[in-house]
Amino acid sequence: MFEENGAILTVENLTIRFSRYEKGLRKTDLVVINGLDVSVGYSELVAVVGSSGSGKSLLAHTLLGILPSNCGASGAIKFMGEVLDKEKIAQLRGKQIVLVPQSVTYLDPLKKVGPQVRNDRNDQASLEAQEKLFDYYGLKRETAQLYPFELSGGMARRVLLSAAMMETPKLIIADEPTPGLHLSAAKKAMRHFRDFADEGNGVLLITHDLELALEVADKIAVFYAGTTVEVAPVKDFQSADTLRHPYTKALWHALPQNGFQTYPGTQPYAGDDLKGCPFAQRCQTVSEACQGPIPSRPIRGGLVRCHLAT
Amino acid sequence: MVGFGKQGVVNYLLKNFLRLILVIIAVSAVSFVLISQSPIDPIKVYVGEVGMGNMNPETYAKLQDYFGTNVSPIKRYLNWASDFIRGDMGQSLIYRQPVISVIKDKFLNTMALMALAWVFSGIVAFVLGVLSGVFQNTWLDRLIKNYALITASAPTFWLALIIIMVFAVWLKLFPIGFSVPVAVARSDVTIWDTLYHLVLPALTLSVTGIASITLHTREKVIDIMGEDYVLYARSRGQKLWPLVKSHVLRNVTLPAITLQFASISEIFGGSVLVEQVFSFPGLGQAAVTAGIGGDSPLLLGIAIISAVFVFGGNFLANLSYGLIDPKIRRQGGRD
Repeated sequence: MFEENGAILTVENLTIRFSRYEKGLRKTDLVVINGLDVSVGYSELVAVVGSSGSGKSLLAHTLLGILPSNCGASGAIKFMGEVLDKEKIAQLRGKQIVLVPQSVTYLDPLKKVGPQVRNDRNDQASLEAQEKLFDYYGLKRETAQLYPFELSGGMARRVLLSAAMMETPKLIIADEPTPGLHLSAAKKAMRHFRDFADEGNGVLLITHDLELALEVADKIAVFYAGTTVEVAPVKDFQSADTLRHPYTKALWHALPQNGFQTYPGTQPYAGDDLKGCPFAQRCQTVSEACQGPIPSRPIRGGLVRCHLAT
Repeated sequence: MVGFGKQGVVNYLLKNFLRLILVIIAVSAVSFVLISQSPIDPIKVYVGEVGMGNMNPETYAKLQDYFGTNVSPIKRYLNWASDFIRGDMGQSLIYRQPVISVIKDKFLNTMALMALAWVFSGIVAFVLGVLSGVFQNTWLDRLIKNYALITASAPTFWLALIIIMVFAVWLKLFPIGFSVPVAVARSDVTIWDTLYHLVLPALTLSVTGIASITLHTREKVIDIMGEDYVLYARSRGQKLWPLVKSHVLRNVTLPAITLQFASISEIFGGSVLVEQVFSFPGLGQAAVTAGIGGDSPLLLGIAIISAVFVFGGNFLANLSYGLIDPKIRRQGGRD
């Protein structure tokens, strides 16, 4: 891994599987994330970009210990140099590692916003901290007395940000924080994350919006069929030639400013029996070696899972 | 829904009053059709098979006048309705008293029985349902779920018999029936005697109510536990009990109230069977007596009282939403 030293978060070879019962009582495992690598350094905003419904939220859920009970995760996860296991997560979540969820449905509809931001604490210090945050994010203090259904979309987002900042976190995990927002509005929302990262913290942004990610992120991890096919610095996205993986190149060409080209084929489903490269069925440069295991290799300051990448 | 301003409240009450009147008309008409179409000849029931044979035609004519079997059903219904509007529910043919006084007499007994069963089943079912939902798929959940499924599918009269057998006959802890001790002057009956006689019927009546409310509450709690806001609260390190207290209980209150008020009609229905088995002199028993004795004024009276009662329960449930649900409360206040 690059930036192994001094990273806030490193995730190596994360695999997540659901166990489910098929016809009869045969228990089978469904692998939804397979060999995911990503790391977030200090002052770094890393975007995990993948198409909607591809299971990237599970990465966030793993880091916060809220995976469903029939779901198992394995792999090496470290937070500020220490192994992030169940106990550690229970200690850190809500304090050093916080989630900024995507929408107002993550707030209890029958509870006023204030106590929710304070996570049910009502001591003087918490009240002051909450008011300060509301001031900082340009929310009126009376907002605390509102119910979630009374918030506008923008207010809800700032409320969720305030909730995240109640304890001084080191890492923010933002799971699709800007659904349905206009690019300009989304950029505005992103500025808060950028500011937070610039203060020496880390942000892991999980999104389907590559364009938006390119605006704010330092590094892009491209998520495809349950794995990260490439991790690249944002500057590499200036041209398709500096990118490494054929899928990333296809994504690049699909951007409106780069020709808006569609790419034939669809992503394989989780549970499809995948040996070798998950992109092999669609890849135009596929070779014999693509049917075997594809390790993650560092190339030119990035990571790629492709034999042919140079 | 409260809080729509004065005009709104008046409109709301007016609308519900109209609805209530429609319900009363429908219930009385349907009950009347049913009782007038029933194959039971009230005179035969009244005098018995032997009496019928020995009766001379004049007496029979008199009885026909008394029971009104020689008048067309439509005319009978209209007669009854015009009296009812003037506040006269007529005479009970069997009890030979005004219907209103029969109902008054029985209503208190039934109310005591139902209120006890209602409160008891409500509390127990809520606790069981929440526990079962929060600890979904654990042994506790399986225990509660299976208990609820078994009792939900057991017929009430059968349960009543089992309960009498166990608690009254074998263990001799409670009386086998009636609402007061046998052979004791009415003035000597204490409140403890009354309560003592209420325990078994109320318990029986609760059992089925508990089952359905538990299962419904469990479903709701499982839904809530899967909501985004619970996931988020967990991601912020909230422990199980604070989470249940602050999110689950709050969100399950509304559906629980709906269930609780909806169960009034079920308990009312159940009380007919339970009163029958326990020989408990309540409305349910009076309804059965009226039904098989062809006592249409009494049956109509009971049907209407029950309808008003159930309607009132649902109305209260609606009002309570306005108090609990901030969406209704706040939006109402603003308009």
